[in-house]
Amino acid sequence: MLSSRGFSIDRLRVILGVLSAHNLSLVKNDRLLFDKVNFSLDAHGLLYVKGPNGAGKTSLLRALIGLHEIEQGEVHFLQANVLDCKTLFHQNLVYFGHKLGLNLRLSATENLDFWCKQQEQICSIDTIYSVLTQLNLVGLEDIPVAHLSAGQQRRVALARFWLKESACLWVLDEPFTALDSNGIDLLTEKILSFLSSGGAVVMTSHQELLFNYPKQELVLEYRI
Amino acid sequence: MWKWLHPYAKPERSYQLCQTLLPWFAVLGGLSLFVGTMWGLAFAPADYQQGDAFRIIYIHVPSAILSKSLYCTMAIAAFVGLVWQVKTAFMAMVAVAPVGAMVTFVSLITGAAWGKPMWGTWWEWDARMTSQLILLFLFVGVMSLYKSFEDAQQGGKAAGVMAMVGIINLPIIHYSVEWWNSLHQGATILKMGKPSMAPDMLWPLLLCIVSWVLVSSAIFLLRLQNEIVRREIKRPWVVELALQNSKQQAPNNMSTDRG
Amino acid sequence: MSPIIALFKRDLILAYHNRAELMQPMMFFMLVISLFPLAVGPNAATLKIIGPGVIWVAAILSSLLGLERLFRDDFQDGSLEQMILSTTPLPAIALVKVATHWLTSILPLICLSPLLAVFLHLNEAMYWALLVTLLLGTPLLSLIGAIAVALTVGLNRGGVLLALLLVPIFIPLLIFATSAVDAAAMELPYTAQLAFIAAMLLFAFALAPFAIAYALKVSQN
Repeated sequence: MLSSRGFSIDRLRVILGVLSAHNLSLVKNDRLLFDKVNFSLDAHGLLYVKGPNGAGKTSLLRALIGLHEIEQGEVHFLQANVLDCKTLFHQNLVYFGHKLGLNLRLSATENLDFWCKQQEQICSIDTIYSVLTQLNLVGLEDIPVAHLSAGQQRRVALARFWLKESACLWVLDEPFTALDSNGIDLLTEKILSFLSSGGAVVMTSHQELLFNYPKQELVLEYRI
Repeated sequence: MWKWLHPYAKPERSYQLCQTLLPWFAVLGGLSLFVGTMWGLAFAPADYQQGDAFRIIYIHVPSAILSKSLYCTMAIAAFVGLVWQVKTAFMAMVAVAPVGAMVTFVSLITGAAWGKPMWGTWWEWDARMTSQLILLFLFVGVMSLYKSFEDAQQGGKAAGVMAMVGIINLPIIHYSVEWWNSLHQGATILKMGKPSMAPDMLWPLLLCIVSWVLVSSAIFLLRLQNEIVRREIKRPWVVELALQNSKQQAPNNMSTDRG
Repeated sequence: MSPIIALFKRDLILAYHNRAELMQPMMFFMLVISLFPLAVGPNAATLKIIGPGVIWVAAILSSLLGLERLFRDDFQDGSLEQMILSTTPLPAIALVKVATHWLTSILPLICLSPLLAVFLHLNEAMYWALLVTLLLGTPLLSLIGAIAVALTVGLNRGGVLLALLLVPIFIPLLIFATSAVDAAAMELPYTAQLAFIAAMLLFAFALAPFAIAYALKVSQN
């Protein structure tokens, strides 16, 4: 709808900013996780969510993309409430959570091929193979994901960032866990190139960020 | 038009409303329950066919009438909660479910006790008894679903969905059971006609019905207050309330200590 | 349409990978039914009377066993999250998953039913009535059951709770289905019962996908 008026997402995200939260409050198990969180994230922006265990980092990320119920407040994508532009939002989003979203009985290629079709991405099998090659998963493309190690499984899941080039928002929850140094380098490089091409990234991590990039920090405190 | 209702979506206001209403319901309910039951059990004339056994009607009929109404109440609360995202509505739903289950259970027990002298058996697969039994299962299902969740908010929503499924099914269950019963019913049951009740029997019955409505409302209000406080225990207003209560009690404690 | 077809294909492939697990409700169905002649005695007349009821009760119980798997794997490995975040509407996804589940785990049960009709001495008229009620009634079981499965998927202890929630809801279906078969046994018309089941099925078909989608979102919290 938006693009039919002659605006492309690429221009809109520069003009309107990508993602913003307004007075966001979240409740889990009758515990107020946080109250009145505000931020706005523009194109090229990196939002880095910090805080101790149980502060609600994962819940915040899930609330932003609509997987967790919001107690109060609103999340806006391109200045529109995400509840009103769900399809557009999902078209431009890649989420990487604690759960990898890979079926253990299917192979890496089957999983990714299915994911691309779900996201209505046109990806040939060759593209999937070449991405898996970039991620050092040569020879592991066609065996069930269950037979891969934890780190390798995460690499397969990370391949989504290579496959959905059209996205303008990445949401990553602890992306560096269980990755070896080579994997961390690959992902860091990918995130930086995505940011420089105008994407916006929301991520959480326990550790300090391993790369230099002007970032917005959002610190959550543990509340009783 | 419905603006006056909006403040009650806040648990705090609902709690205060319960607090105001509770004494009225409790006193009136207790009084009418006492009078109605005594009137029915001791003073109303005995039935010329059933003798004194019919007096169980003064417990059975109110509970049977109330059981389905309480399920409807629960489903309406669930509907309000699901459609308008009202937290208090889920609390009301959760508060009303055990009251409903209890009332349904009472109607089953009294029905069985009435069946013994009338039909010569504790349990007969009579259409109304059967649908009461299924109603009890539906109540228990909603309650145990709610209890299975760690997160009460999530549990409330899940139980709400199930209550809605149940209420859609309730008429289907009712009529299908009635139809099933007319297909299978043996000749053993004395089908009681609908004799018009003598006024001296009817008045205590009506009073009993009203008293049951009042008493179960009072229990519901009390349970709703408990649920609100339990869920909101970390909110400032509950802490304030607890402080006030302890202040009120403190002088009493002091005097008893001295005594 | 492509995401829907992709999901359908994937679930069929997964069902093929899980075929051993799919066999279990089928074996359970057979076992429960073969217990009855052993318990009640092999008298053909008795078996003919209880037959339709036994087959339907067994079908309800074994479909409950199978239903537990419906969203479990996708919920646990996070595929469901990715599906929710796709551009396909969630009710459509739910409907496709229920449909593939019905095709892969309920349809085999129905295919077994001639054998069971022989076990329980049902005559031909009764068998055809049974077959039609199963074909109309089991999709209803799956659709309504999926709502409860979606609600309990995050609890990791579906089993008994699922039965507690669903069995009372299935009672009208049981009544209509068995009475259709009884009517067939007495050579009476049974279109009324079938019409009732079909009406409930259409109603569930219209509403259940939305309830399932809502339930899946609640389970994500």
